[in-house]
Amino acid sequence: MSPKDDDPAGAGIRDRGMSWHNATAVTSTVDKKRAPFPVEFYRSAIGKKWIMAISGLAIIGFAIAHMIGNLKMFLPPVDGEPDIDVYGHALRELFTPIFPEHSFLWILRTGLIVMFAFHVHAAYSLTVMNRRARQQGYEGPVSYVSANYASRTMRWSGVIFLAFLFFHLADFTWGIQPAAPEAWERGAVYANFIETFSRPPVTFLYIVAMVLLGIHLYHGIWSMFQSLGINNPRFNKWRRYLASGLSVVISLGFVVPVLAVVFGILE
Amino acid sequence: MQLESKVPDGPIAEKWENHKFSVRLVNPNNKRKFKIIIVGSGLAGASAGATLGELGYDVELFTFHDSPRRAHSIAAQGGINAAKNYHNDGDSVFRLFYDTVKGGDYRSREANVHRLAEVSLNIIDQATAQGVPFAREYGGLLDNRSFGGAQVSRTFYARGATGQQLLLGAYSALMRQVDAGKVKLHTRSEMLDVVVKDGRAVGVVVRDLITGAVTSHPAHAVVLATGGYSNVYYLSTNAMASNVTAIWRAHRRGAAFANPCYTQIHPTCIPASDEFQSKLTLMSESLRNDGRIWVPKNANDKRPPNQIPEEDRDYFLERMYPAFGNLVPRDVASRAAKRMVDSGKGVGPLENGVYLDFASAIEREGDAAVEDRYSNLFEMYNRITDEDPYQVPMRIYPAPHYTMGGLWVDYNLMTTVPGLYSIGEANFSDHGANRLGASALMQGLADGYFVLPSTIGDYLADFLGDPVLPVDDPAFSAVEGEVSERVNGYLETKGSRSVDWFHKELGKIMLDHCGMSRSSAGLDKALSDIPALYEEFKTDMRVPGVNESLNQSLERAGRVDDFFELAQAMCVDALYREESCGGHFREEHQTDEGEALRDDENFAHVAAWLWTGDASQPDLVKEELEFENVELTTRSYK
Amino acid sequence: MNITLQVWRQGGPDVAGGFKTYQVNEISEEMSFLEMLDILNERLVNQGEEPIAFDHDCREGICGTCGVMINGQAHGPQLGTATCQLHMRKFADGATIVVEPWRASGFPLVRDLVVDRSAFDRIIEAGGYISVDTGSAPDANLIPIPKMVADTAFDAAACIGCGACVAACPNGAANLFTAAKISHLNLLPQGQAERWTRTENMVEIMEEYFGSCTNHGECEKACPKSISIDFIAMMNADYVKAKFKNRRLVSQT
Ligand SMILES: Cc1cc2nc3c(=O)[nH]c(=O)nc-3n(C[C@H](O)[C@H](O)[C@H](O)COP(=O)(O)OP(=O)(O)OC[C@H]3O[C@@H](n4cnc5c(N)ncnc54)[C@H](O)[C@@H]3O)c2cc1C
Ligand code: HEM
Ligand code: HEM
Ligand code: SF4
Ligand code: F3S
Ligand code: FES
Repeated sequence: MSPKDDDPAGAGIRDRGMSWHNATAVTSTVDKKRAPFPVEFYRSAIGKKWIMAISGLAIIGFAIAHMIGNLKMFLPPVDGEPDIDVYGHALRELFTPIFPEHSFLWILRTGLIVMFAFHVHAAYSLTVMNRRARQQGYEGPVSYVSANYASRTMRWSGVIFLAFLFFHLADFTWGIQPAAPEAWERGAVYANFIETFSRPPVTFLYIVAMVLLGIHLYHGIWSMFQSLGINNPRFNKWRRYLASGLSVVISLGFVVPVLAVVFGILE
Repeated sequence: MQLESKVPDGPIAEKWENHKFSVRLVNPNNKRKFKIIIVGSGLAGASAGATLGELGYDVELFTFHDSPRRAHSIAAQGGINAAKNYHNDGDSVFRLFYDTVKGGDYRSREANVHRLAEVSLNIIDQATAQGVPFAREYGGLLDNRSFGGAQVSRTFYARGATGQQLLLGAYSALMRQVDAGKVKLHTRSEMLDVVVKDGRAVGVVVRDLITGAVTSHPAHAVVLATGGYSNVYYLSTNAMASNVTAIWRAHRRGAAFANPCYTQIHPTCIPASDEFQSKLTLMSESLRNDGRIWVPKNANDKRPPNQIPEEDRDYFLERMYPAFGNLVPRDVASRAAKRMVDSGKGVGPLENGVYLDFASAIEREGDAAVEDRYSNLFEMYNRITDEDPYQVPMRIYPAPHYTMGGLWVDYNLMTTVPGLYSIGEANFSDHGANRLGASALMQGLADGYFVLPSTIGDYLADFLGDPVLPVDDPAFSAVEGEVSERVNGYLETKGSRSVDWFHKELGKIMLDHCGMSRSSAGLDKALSDIPALYEEFKTDMRVPGVNESLNQSLERAGRVDDFFELAQAMCVDALYREESCGGHFREEHQTDEGEALRDDENFAHVAAWLWTGDASQPDLVKEELEFENVELTTRSYK
Repeated sequence: MNITLQVWRQGGPDVAGGFKTYQVNEISEEMSFLEMLDILNERLVNQGEEPIAFDHDCREGICGTCGVMINGQAHGPQLGTATCQLHMRKFADGATIVVEPWRASGFPLVRDLVVDRSAFDRIIEAGGYISVDTGSAPDANLIPIPKMVADTAFDAAACIGCGACVAACPNGAANLFTAAKISHLNLLPQGQAERWTRTENMVEIMEEYFGSCTNHGECEKACPKSISIDFIAMMNADYVKAKFKNRRLVSQT
């Protein structure tokens, strides 16, 4: 049993120390009845962090693809139909007729949803764990040397982004008002796009969200390597560059078409 | 009372082997029926705890530290000796034995020292197997450095933190036994007395430093591994908490205290910077490998070191001792430095140091090489003094460092109280009147890993099947009573001065009169000043707070109390020993060049003292020292 | 120099604590931080007040006993320096210095600035050793170890167990301490036999007492031995491997 369960302050560790002669408690981890390996692994914080990194990576992959997709806003229409609509359509038809329409997209979506689920759940339970690890916080001011704004706000940038995400889906995919514009129409991605961003508050929201995402990734991408144990003093400094670079590219890549609408380059 | 050293007969090289064969053993499944209490978790205590646990004994280990890993052994820097002769420079068990006896100025017990040299080999193997990251050469094999008092490279080291790495090794072995349930650990628990019944040690009385609870702990045998008492000088290189209490209270219960006046003053320490200094920091002696020690030739030459040209410098060790140069033994180096400073040639703001210069080494091998060897020592020096040893020479001065004296033990490491053992720096050790560098770690681990585990069975064998004394036995309650009385006494004195103030005053007296050089006049003065101050201490100390919670002033009160009694024993012993040997230098006994003058006629013996109730009037018992394998010569390092 | 101290005073684990302000005048900047506290304590005793309880022993930055938060930084402003090695010359004359104990549920407070770090011993107990009974060791030079490996192992082994990493970590995680010990042993050939069980067991005990690492890197900066968080990455990798390896070993038996 974890000391934090039986005594919140973690007090009395020493008392346990006094009776270390029945110390089986400690290495019992070897002989204790174990759950199936993946469950075991996910139970540990290091395992959770590992899953976070993997899921984070997957989501990054999606985000990049998505970002590129959005840049198609700039491509000229294909015989009357906006390129991005064609693309959106193509996505739905992906691998048809091998797969029935939409089905493969759903496979991708489920994958994505699962990734988000893991990422968020891990984030949540680690946060709880860390709260428990310091019930009595510092009373005086704390000055950080290395921990930066990004690293300390991961959970916030994350959560807020999650909220945005639901809004975002309601806006574009589900077409639920007031998130979606009146003129929303399934499949008409280009039109919806223009519509949405002709609403200044929404535009503002999106831009803020993308900045948050950038911040999240600034720490996330660097942190990912550490969590996965991919580490080599020789290329460690490149991890930093990669994180900074990629996070900027992604958030910019998303924001550009939006601004294009705002400044009437796209209409 | 007679002192029986129990040294087995036979040729020196076979004594230990024969002895191991002749001692009685306890068979494996009987071992768990014996409870052994170990006090102390330093190299000696931790290694003994681990090994006895592995053997199957039921061990309880006490330390006043919050973790066994904090023991003062952790601070050892330089290295540990072993006669491996990996470098084929003519080293051998016999040479290590010889060097140690000679270095100890022929005041140690031959048989013990030879045994020490023998097991030194196994220690390195054991530590390496535990994962101690000793320094290695590019070939992947172990590296060695040379150390004071030796002309071969036999010192194994782990950067500047050999003691730390060795202790962590012993500590991890100990924790393995704790995990296995063989060793029960009591941290922040200070042993305040040994319980003796029918002339045997039957347990200890301990105070829990957090709750103040005083409890009894019975055992079949008690082992004291509680370290040295250099802190009697207040300012020393020892950790702040190092103290004499455990062995002193054992002494008061009948254990003879041997050679209390044998103390070592270490040459390479950072000089005090002001009177608030709480402790002195040692710069490992290994620095003397590459550092050259000098002072300005001319006493009133106040130029900064770098502006003093070679011809105006006096490399006094190289001048006085061409053969060993800067690598003469500690006592010799220390006294030479003292003479320089006393003659007004001291350097630094308070003119209380000599230079230790790395310029030529850096010139010879470059910054990198020097950094590789001493980086952490240089950093430490820089942190403390704000000076950069790569640029300006270090300033060093001798400081109390190690105590060769301690509880008298026989060849089995048992004190004069049956069932009470003492290992490590706490016993009067194998170092005679002076300890060579890198040999204390060796001795602590030898005692704990190899010697005690083989000898303790011989005593225990008699008590197979006997249960330990019940804690409610009057013998325990009586001692518990005395201990509580003592503790409350400190709290109730409610005088006007802090315990530390008295400790500082005591330290000054000891440093002046029983330090690097001693005279009958000075010792007499000390013997009149100390009791006076002691009286004041008893009536005028102020210990705030209560017993029932962590109370650090209260802890110190007890320790300083015992230092006061020890200090008197030291002076008595120093006064009695009408000769100069090793760390003990009597001004009345020196050659014309100021070298120590031994008197083998009358003083080739161990002076062990028995408690009489009056600290200044102990009874003397002698153990004559026979030297069959090294003939006594005046140590010459010229 | 003169300084103002704000020190956390707390009689014991169960009583409420708070900051108390002390004016400490006429101290020299040659003094170490702890010597400054000594002086304050001396003065407190003379005024009949209870001195401030703080842990310390070697005062050479090696035993790991000392350690307090100084102006919100574990071991104070000077990087790679334990509290006992910090000197007053690092502070401005007239400065106000806030002193607090380590704060972590795994380090219950004992009194004033003293906390109980035995949770660290529990982590070591779980596998921070190489199982070799005394006497059973082969010759030390039997297994050559590349200098670089030995040196890296030492870098990890340099940990003094002070707990500053936990104190500094925004999550109260002990990953640097644990990683240092695991890496020290896992890097060496002698440590291979128990490598995977060691990693698994030590990590699991660690997580019983402490928070999780989200790679803030604060610990590395607070560490008096400047132990690198690269070792944490090493531990993470070994932990995942251990999860597979241990299974495989079990299934083979
Ligand atoms: C700065 C420095 C550098 C050194 N460098 C070297 C070196 O390079 N080479 C070398 O060979 N030697 C060196 N030495 C000497 C060597 O470190 C010590 O002699 C040796 O470590 C002593 O070990 P020990 O186990 O006997 O005692 P210690 O390590 O002092 O352990 C004493 C233990 O006893 C416990 N204890 C004491 N009293 C009580 C009590 N009343 N109740 C409960 N517990 C108690 C303490 O908690 C501690 O755990 C050095 C010493 C110093 C000070
Ligand atoms: C300015 C930023 C963004 C814009 C303009 C944008 C635009 C769009 C558009 C137009 C669609 C509808 C595509 C379709 O219906 O076929 C969509 C769907 C989606 N977007 Fe975004 N997006 C942005 C950022 C993000 C980010 C950062 C994420 C998450 C990482 C994200 C996740 C999704 C998801 C999950 C869908 C649903 C895809 C599906 O239909 O399964 N979006 N987005
Ligand atoms: C959906 C809501 C999200 C929440 C609640 C969330 C929360 C978190 C938290 C708390 C962390 C841990 C911080 C750390 O360990 O360093 C984290 C890490 C990370 N997140 Fe998110 N995040 C979210 C969305 C995202 C998205 C959309 C991406 C990618 C586009 C992402 C990528 C990452 C990465 C790469 C990491 C680093 C993982 C690691 O350090 O092992 N996250 N996230
Ligand atoms: S890792 Fe550094 S900070 Fe943490 S305990 Fe070890 S030495 Fe202290
Ligand atoms: S500060 Fe804490 S989050 Fe990890 S990197 Fe260090 S343990
Ligand atoms: S007191 Fe030992 S590390 Fe600070």
